[in-house]
Amino acid sequence: MEPADEILEEEDAALEIPADPMRLNMGPSHPAMHGTIRMVLDLDGETVMNVDVQPGYLHRGFEKSCERGTWSQVFPYVDRLNYVSPMLNNVGFALAVEKLLDVKVPDRGQYYRVILGELARICDHFTCNGASAMELGAFTPFLWLLKVRDWIWDILEKETGARMTHSFGRIGGMAAPPTEGFKDDVRAIMPEVRKVVGEAEALLLKNRIFLDRMEGVGKLSKERALALGVTGPVLRSTGVAYDVRKDHPYLVYDRFDFDVPVGTDGDNWDRFMVRTEEIRQSLRIIEQALEQMPDEGPVSIDDPRIMLPEKREVYSTIEATIAHFKLVMEGLKAPKGAVYSFTEGGNGELGFYIVSDGSGTPYRVRVRPPCWFNLQAAREMIMGDMIADIIPTFGSVNMIGGECDR
Amino acid sequence: MSAKAVKKLQSVLGDAILETTNFRGDEEVRVALKDWVRIAEVLRDDPDLAMDHFTDLTAVDWPEREMEGQPRFDVLFAVRSLSKRHRIRVKVYVKDGEEVPTLCGVWAGANWAEREVFDMFGIRFAGHRDLRRILLYEEFEGYPLRKDYPIDRVQPLVEYRDVDDTLKLPPFGIEEGQPFARVDWEERLAGRDEQVSPSIGLQQGQRRALSDSEIAETQFTKKAEETAAE
Amino acid sequence: MGEVKTIVGAASGESFFTTKFESLLAWARKYSLFQYPFATACCGMEFFSVAGPRYDIARFGAEAPRFSPRQSDVLWVVGTISQRQGPALKRIYEQMAEPKWVVSFGTCASCGGFYDNYTTIPGVDKIVPVDVYIPGCPPRPEAVLDGLMLLMEKIQNGNREPVTVLPKVVPEQAQLRGKRALPVTRGDKEGA
Repeated sequence: MEPADEILEEEDAALEIPADPMRLNMGPSHPAMHGTIRMVLDLDGETVMNVDVQPGYLHRGFEKSCERGTWSQVFPYVDRLNYVSPMLNNVGFALAVEKLLDVKVPDRGQYYRVILGELARICDHFTCNGASAMELGAFTPFLWLLKVRDWIWDILEKETGARMTHSFGRIGGMAAPPTEGFKDDVRAIMPEVRKVVGEAEALLLKNRIFLDRMEGVGKLSKERALALGVTGPVLRSTGVAYDVRKDHPYLVYDRFDFDVPVGTDGDNWDRFMVRTEEIRQSLRIIEQALEQMPDEGPVSIDDPRIMLPEKREVYSTIEATIAHFKLVMEGLKAPKGAVYSFTEGGNGELGFYIVSDGSGTPYRVRVRPPCWFNLQAAREMIMGDMIADIIPTFGSVNMIGGECDR
Repeated sequence: MSAKAVKKLQSVLGDAILETTNFRGDEEVRVALKDWVRIAEVLRDDPDLAMDHFTDLTAVDWPEREMEGQPRFDVLFAVRSLSKRHRIRVKVYVKDGEEVPTLCGVWAGANWAEREVFDMFGIRFAGHRDLRRILLYEEFEGYPLRKDYPIDRVQPLVEYRDVDDTLKLPPFGIEEGQPFARVDWEERLAGRDEQVSPSIGLQQGQRRALSDSEIAETQFTKKAEETAAE
Repeated sequence: MGEVKTIVGAASGESFFTTKFESLLAWARKYSLFQYPFATACCGMEFFSVAGPRYDIARFGAEAPRFSPRQSDVLWVVGTISQRQGPALKRIYEQMAEPKWVVSFGTCASCGGFYDNYTTIPGVDKIVPVDVYIPGCPPRPEAVLDGLMLLMEKIQNGNREPVTVLPKVVPEQAQLRGKRALPVTRGDKEGA
């Protein structure tokens, strides 16, 4: 402690100059606000006394847009919800409609979904961790982690045809079976990815600046997190081992052996470490899934009322042409009713509450965006900290505009 | 979701539950509006239910139901229990213009969800401390997720520049793309009842974009009013 | 550079060249573009990639992002612009000092994309003048680099007509899903 500070403490605040709280606008276009958001801060010196977090700058009318197409036409919109891991959204929405239709995808398709989804999750966590580090001035780890993301995107591109917005999921399966060298491609990058995780840790975990700005900053308690509806890595960092893959297994997640990493304090450091560890667990899941995945067999259900017929048949037989026409023009007819289906997205529980009125058009598609509830908790994490702490805290909450504002 | 939770709930609050449904394994109960907060408190505090994890709160619009004399909206929330791992959905019918008591006091997570429902459907929550628009802007008129709000009615904040749109391809240019499988709600609701809802009057007519001078003017008058109030 | 004339001095053997002052200035400008990334949505992820190690926009002298509009030359509008965001975008454009250029990155910024609804601005050209349109949802990094080259060309020529990145002829092998070798060798070559 500096001598001057000691005097100040002893003689109390008599020496301090009284100051009015200052109101500061952050955003909606701020370099550290990846995504787009506005915060109105009330500051006392550098301490945040109050904050009004204002999302909505990327509201794109997702839910309204879904209400005018067919069920299949929702997929491109779903891709652009959490655009860091589109495949997880694809699978989540497909599962919701499948729950409504009460159908189950063949085993091979389920494994295919798991592997692609976990690859997407790795991208998601890499991007979040890399961006958090970059915002604290560590540019090298960011580039290091982006490198891996491009490797994974190569595989996804080879499988789906698009680098990030795949629209590859289908109601009742996937758009196409795995390509020939799929398993080898994934196996080839696994050790490399694992190596880079270690390298990124080596670059960051002993860095004094990084430690100081992450440890003990942006704390959230377990009880508040639950009441606020927080899920995903942010919830797990507070010590709650809630992972949809473990607690309510969907697809074939009950057949894998993996751990759910949890933190203790719910600070930035815990959130960073939970994500890093989850990358390792995802790699474990992928390894097991590659072992168990059958090489032969269909990836999609065989039901002409749900799946589009093969292109070859559409051009050669009248039945397939009619089926194709009906499915594309009228859409598949989902039974009347409402279901809530939830999966583990990149940021937590990604839920779809879908209502069907029995026609080919969704009556209502409500997505429960994990970011929305995580961001709601950001206010409590930020308050009382310094203004500079907003950057790492906001980074580790990982707000994704497309999903949060829809 | 768990049937056990519903049974327990019926034993505690049998009179309040109007209807229970189980569709594809999702448990849903419907209650009356007056029991909305009471049931939430029981769900949270009862040791056998222990629904401490807030999941979601949303609404669904049924304008055609209103024409049959039923309440127009469904408002529903979903919660889960961390320790028991069960889930439940609670639904209530709400008439247009009716206020729903807020759940912010039970689960803090309801705050933004209720603001969003207000923003998108125009359902007000009684007792909510900070009921503002959250996804849209204050100047926006109408509630976009109501079925009678046309999807393409824009309310720009900035005056558009004069650009030639004729070169753009449909559906962004002159012609709206294929009409197949698209629901035209204006047509579907047309002729059935003149007045769909009390608030539709507000939603009629395209709001024209404000010019820069007008925006400056309104800001100026606002400021003047504020200073006058002080 | 525009017109360049090389003259070799008869007496000393030294060479020099002459050009117009505007050409020299434009030449300097186009290789040191300071950019303001107005990144809002999905396209931002591809913008990361363009700035990342594989595609490396720094090769074109355009790597330095400036988060103050006063210091930047190019406004990259990356992603969907909602009606609520419109005033912010307009204000940032107005704060930039001349000369300034605008690149519209992706379909949403160019025409609103498939978000033709109540909340999305159907193209940022409704609010600010656009120099280069890069279509794609999101555009591939190669297309973005193409767009940057187009912008450089425009700066050199002093031409303010809007231009669009056009699709290249697709090589036959790219159309075969899964049959294609992965584009770049990994690990051993890049970064390591």
